[in-house]
Amino acid sequence: MRKEIMRKTTAVILAVTMIFSLAGCGSKSSKDKTVEVGLLHSMTGAMAISEQAVLDAEKLAIKEINEDGGVLGCQVEYQEEDGASDPATFATKAEKLVDQDGISTVFGCWTSSSRKAVKSIFEDYDALLFYPVQYEGMESSSNIVYTGAAPNQQIVPAIEYLIEQGYTKFFLLGSDYVFPRTANMIITAQVEAAGLEVVGEEYADMDQTDFSAIISKIEEAKPDIIINTLNGTGNVSFFKQMSEKNYTCDDYMTMSFSIAEEEVATIGADLLKGHMVSWNYYQTTDTEKNKDFVAAYKAEYGEDRVTSDPAEAAYDAVYLWKAACEEAGSFEVDDVLAAIDKGGISFDAPEGTVTIDGDNQHLVKPVRIGQVADDGLIYEIFSTDPVDPDPYLESYDWAVKAGIKPLE
Amino acid sequence: MADIVNTLFNGLSLGSIYLLVALGLSITFGLMGVINMAHGEFIMIGAYMTYLMQQIFVAVFGKSGSLYYIIAIPFAFLVTFFIGCVMEKVLIARLYGRKMDSLLATWGISLILQQAARSIFGSQGVNVNAPDFLKGGIKIGPCTFAYNRIFIITMVSMCLLVVWILMNKSSFGAQMRATMQNRPMAQCMGINSKRVDCITFALGSGLAGVAGCSIALLGSVDSTVGQNYIVYSFMTVVLGGVGNLIGTVIGAMIIGFSSIFVESYQSASIARAIVLLIIIVFLQFKPKGLFAIRSRILDEE
Repeated sequence: MRKEIMRKTTAVILAVTMIFSLAGCGSKSSKDKTVEVGLLHSMTGAMAISEQAVLDAEKLAIKEINEDGGVLGCQVEYQEEDGASDPATFATKAEKLVDQDGISTVFGCWTSSSRKAVKSIFEDYDALLFYPVQYEGMESSSNIVYTGAAPNQQIVPAIEYLIEQGYTKFFLLGSDYVFPRTANMIITAQVEAAGLEVVGEEYADMDQTDFSAIISKIEEAKPDIIINTLNGTGNVSFFKQMSEKNYTCDDYMTMSFSIAEEEVATIGADLLKGHMVSWNYYQTTDTEKNKDFVAAYKAEYGEDRVTSDPAEAAYDAVYLWKAACEEAGSFEVDDVLAAIDKGGISFDAPEGTVTIDGDNQHLVKPVRIGQVADDGLIYEIFSTDPVDPDPYLESYDWAVKAGIKPLE
Repeated sequence: MADIVNTLFNGLSLGSIYLLVALGLSITFGLMGVINMAHGEFIMIGAYMTYLMQQIFVAVFGKSGSLYYIIAIPFAFLVTFFIGCVMEKVLIARLYGRKMDSLLATWGISLILQQAARSIFGSQGVNVNAPDFLKGGIKIGPCTFAYNRIFIITMVSMCLLVVWILMNKSSFGAQMRATMQNRPMAQCMGINSKRVDCITFALGSGLAGVAGCSIALLGSVDSTVGQNYIVYSFMTVVLGGVGNLIGTVIGAMIIGFSSIFVESYQSASIARAIVLLIIIVFLQFKPKGLFAIRSRILDEE
């Protein structure tokens, strides 16, 4: 009998909490209405280095929004989960957030492998993920909004720029995982379509520390430009060991796709001086909005912190979610997605105005080629008007002809 | 010709790095038989001590210059020597002869040290600038020899010489070898075997610290930097034959040269696999490594 009562009480409590959680914002008194979002990033492990900055930018945006009155009159609260740099953990934590905690909107992930691990969860539970990092493209899930660059907003314009500058012999160097391999497949197709030559393609292990054999191969191939998609600590070792051999950007120019302000600070500006990178945003980007963003970021996290492209894209993600909710007049994922798919959800971001493309849920954003300077910051040397996202590169003849397919 | 010289130099340099990181382990694992999973973390501590010394110099003199690195080497040695000493007293001394237990315990220590480094220095990797005298390289004909690599080769030769003299020419070395080869007999001769154990383990840890100083110049320093070397260290010691200094030298050179040779024609990932394959096949024929020590101890497994 007692057990029976217990069970009934539990059921009632569960039902009540479920009703409350479904109601979401507006369940309490009008003064402190709240809506909860999830932040899912690696706070430990190898990726913590990079993801911390993104997490900080998301928290900053949430704080600003709350000070400004919240979204649809609700204060935004967040719940953090640690993906621990491990795709399986990302999947577990994503499921916990959307299923157990009943949170429908999550900002998170960095590596492509973590995104791929959580993708099906967001699709199955009909939840919404904002993914803030440039990536290799070849994906367009209706439950993910991609606020970083698609390949045609980072890689393709950078190669076009290099071809225009008269570089003819390309050497492709990357870490051995899905982003560099897909990026290099795209670059090879593009370079060969222009009648130029890829003189070498090398992949380093993720934790490789000795690059002497790879540097020998570069010397042998005599490229005039190295396309660098190494990530993390590989970059430090590679550039240090290039400088051991007295090489500077005058001997071997590089174009990097994974080196932003944070990485320059770690590698050291003296080793990277003069080398090129390609992103949509730099700390030095000259917009009014960016001055405020950089000032706010430094005020919140310290003078020595730098803003970078992924951090900015994460900051935009929160504001774009706000805009979409306000357009939809609701926090329900289906309503928000419907508002996004209509097109025209935009935000006056630090990098310039960004708009969500309703068809593929990527952003329309400008591309900027930058050069690393002595002070460790990156300065723009070339920029484009906002480019429409094309994750599958369907609007490029050479890509269609080469039959570029996703690597799974 | 230039290619061959380059490849040989790269092989020698990589072999020296592996030798430097494995030298300490050849004492703790090779001589003492402790499977020390925290060896990589001693390397990490050495690297962080170099960074610390650099920051101190920047704070005091405004720039790091060259001197900081010269001081960092003995400093890193002393710090890791001391930590090794404490670790031996507190933990290892209680686990002699229990290989599996000491493996798990040292692995735990390794995780603790990694987390401690993350708490103190942050998860972001830090950068150690090469001292002025190690910047760049010397150009002879078409080849460039990095000063840094030449320095590592010199340093490992010196460490090797010191360890060899210590083990074979000093009275402590004699005590050490006696204790490791036949403990009860050594104790009967009046050797304080506990003290010998402690110093031997600390010495191995100190050498890992010195290796950390060199590793710091090759890439970024973060809490997991030791993990990149731990597998190679064990491979080197096992390949060379447990408990043999010459074996460790030759083991390191085989791994270094074969990595570079294979990588010159293949990708880095395949090079790793092939080196591993070479070692496995080799150990099939010589399960005790290149130079197996023949001893008369009855209690050997």
